[in-house]
Amino acid sequence: MRRLEVAALSVVALICTTQAYAQSPYGIGRVATPAEIAGWNIDVGGDGSNLPPGSGSVSHGREVFAQQCAACHGNKGEGGIGDRLAGGQGTLATEKPVRTVGSYWPYAPTLFDYIRRAMPQNAPESLSNDDVYAVSAYILNLNGLLPADSTLDAKTLSAIKMPNRNDFVGDTRPDVKNPQCMTRCEGR
Amino acid sequence: MTKPTANSEAPAATSRRRFLREGGAVLGGAVVAGGLGGGKLSAATENSENLPPNVPEWMKTPGAPMGSQPYGTPSPFEKAVVKNIAENLPQYLSASGRTPLQDLDGIITPNGLFYERHHAGVPTIDPAQHRLMLNGLVDKPLIFTMEDIRRFPSESHIYFLECSGNPSYKKPYGETASDLVGLLSCAEWTGVSLKLVLQEAGLQAGAKWVVAEGADAAAMTRSIPIEKCLDDAMLAYSQNGERLRPQQGYPLRLLVPGFEGNMNVKWLRRLHVTAEPAYSREETSKYSDLMPDGEARKFTFYMEAKSIITRPSGGQRLTTPGFHEISGIAWSGHGKIRRVDVSVDDGENWQEAQLQEPVLTRALTRFRLPWHWDGKPAVIQSRAIDETGYVQPTLAELLAVRGDNYYYHNNAIWPWRVAADGEVTNAQA
Repeated sequence: MRRLEVAALSVVALICTTQAYAQSPYGIGRVATPAEIAGWNIDVGGDGSNLPPGSGSVSHGREVFAQQCAACHGNKGEGGIGDRLAGGQGTLATEKPVRTVGSYWPYAPTLFDYIRRAMPQNAPESLSNDDVYAVSAYILNLNGLLPADSTLDAKTLSAIKMPNRNDFVGDTRPDVKNPQCMTRCEGR
Repeated sequence: MTKPTANSEAPAATSRRRFLREGGAVLGGAVVAGGLGGGKLSAATENSENLPPNVPEWMKTPGAPMGSQPYGTPSPFEKAVVKNIAENLPQYLSASGRTPLQDLDGIITPNGLFYERHHAGVPTIDPAQHRLMLNGLVDKPLIFTMEDIRRFPSESHIYFLECSGNPSYKKPYGETASDLVGLLSCAEWTGVSLKLVLQEAGLQAGAKWVVAEGADAAAMTRSIPIEKCLDDAMLAYSQNGERLRPQQGYPLRLLVPGFEGNMNVKWLRRLHVTAEPAYSREETSKYSDLMPDGEARKFTFYMEAKSIITRPSGGQRLTTPGFHEISGIAWSGHGKIRRVDVSVDDGENWQEAQLQEPVLTRALTRFRLPWHWDGKPAVIQSRAIDETGYVQPTLAELLAVRGDNYYYHNNAIWPWRVAADGEVTNAQA
């Protein structure tokens, strides 16, 4: 009996070491290779995690922006078919809030993440990482968050503190209460 | 109203074309039935040779043969019932189209009329070349083909989907039920429980979020809390019995029942298990709610209880005083609808409506109230109460707390004004 248990355990141990992974409940799908994951995982965290190597300057970003972005967003990010990208700081609590990268976005690395995955709208994922850093640098410069002679890379982009970072709060709903009056109510 | 659009599909038979011409009054306007609709129709049809005592033309000759429509489409007389797509939008790649709620019955939205919201157009994806990758904080990162996904145990559920901005808090609010809350639809979805797929890879300690990514040109990403992923979230490949429509994420989409529409990521290609949310553009810059003091609420996932009367509703007309059934839909991201109250006197008195069974969790629920209209001006409205006891608020109650910069998650009671001539309009336009 005891021998049998030992034998069974060694078989289990052998299976575990040879397969490298635990058994899946259904055994459906195949293992994704590191190269496959690296090619598809373009997620950049709010903290800048997974930002790729490379760098780009504000001045180069101005050129790329003029060619790739200005048609929709305006030469200085003033907006058009595409969102306004610059200005608006100090307007969020007013009747006409202007939500831009500089006035509203809580995390600077999100800029890199979004431009790389979705912009320009007619040809997403066509810019080099260096160009994405450069365009991000130019947009941050338009918002007064990066000096004109700067160059942006993973480290410097992650270090930028956005002005609106601390003004996001969690979901506090239900926040509105209807007393559910049934008769002789005041109406709307 | 929904606007008629060019339809390339002409009716097969000549006789049908003739009916089309004769039915022109119908095609130009709303679906007409009973005492609800336009007066022109009755005038046009009163003289028809197809009315009693004559034998209708469509009984005197055989109809269209089998095979005329390999994939069936609605009657040509229903041509005006189409998606409500705004004209003169700045662009149509990141845009939305609405369900014509006022023209539909029951709780299921036909697939061709399901609302649409895309952030970079609708991709055409070959399912044989589509892959779902599962990476991040898992024991075993995996890649699935569509065949793989369909091998998992399947399940079907009826759930609503609603865009978070439906409608905005600022005027103009629109004229019809579709203009107001047409970014809302409901279908039976078939797919696999997300929990099963995650278990296949094995979640590691510290797995708190799953970042879902679409295979569209926006590579749309949203972070979903792990609790939701292990609860009722599913990966859907079918909608009302057939494969997903391209506009709904063919060949695979995420469904997070009760959560705002954009989190139900379409054309799903990747699930990234993480410790922190991605803070993607679509969950910070967009789909966050700005409060009057300048603070913004983030991760406002749930769609709260809501209802609207769809019949009679804006753009329709009561042709005669007397009996009219009030009918509408109610829904809640927090579960089942418990009851719906209806007022026909501008909110002074309310009465409980009948709920059509089945009343399902996070699905549309149809409600009805028999009503005798006395021919005098009236304001009618509905309010939903869900199983948590939450009561749908008025627009004034919402604005008092949130202000009109809030933009998303407007679940206000919406009153319709019925004029003495029967014309129904938005009472808060």
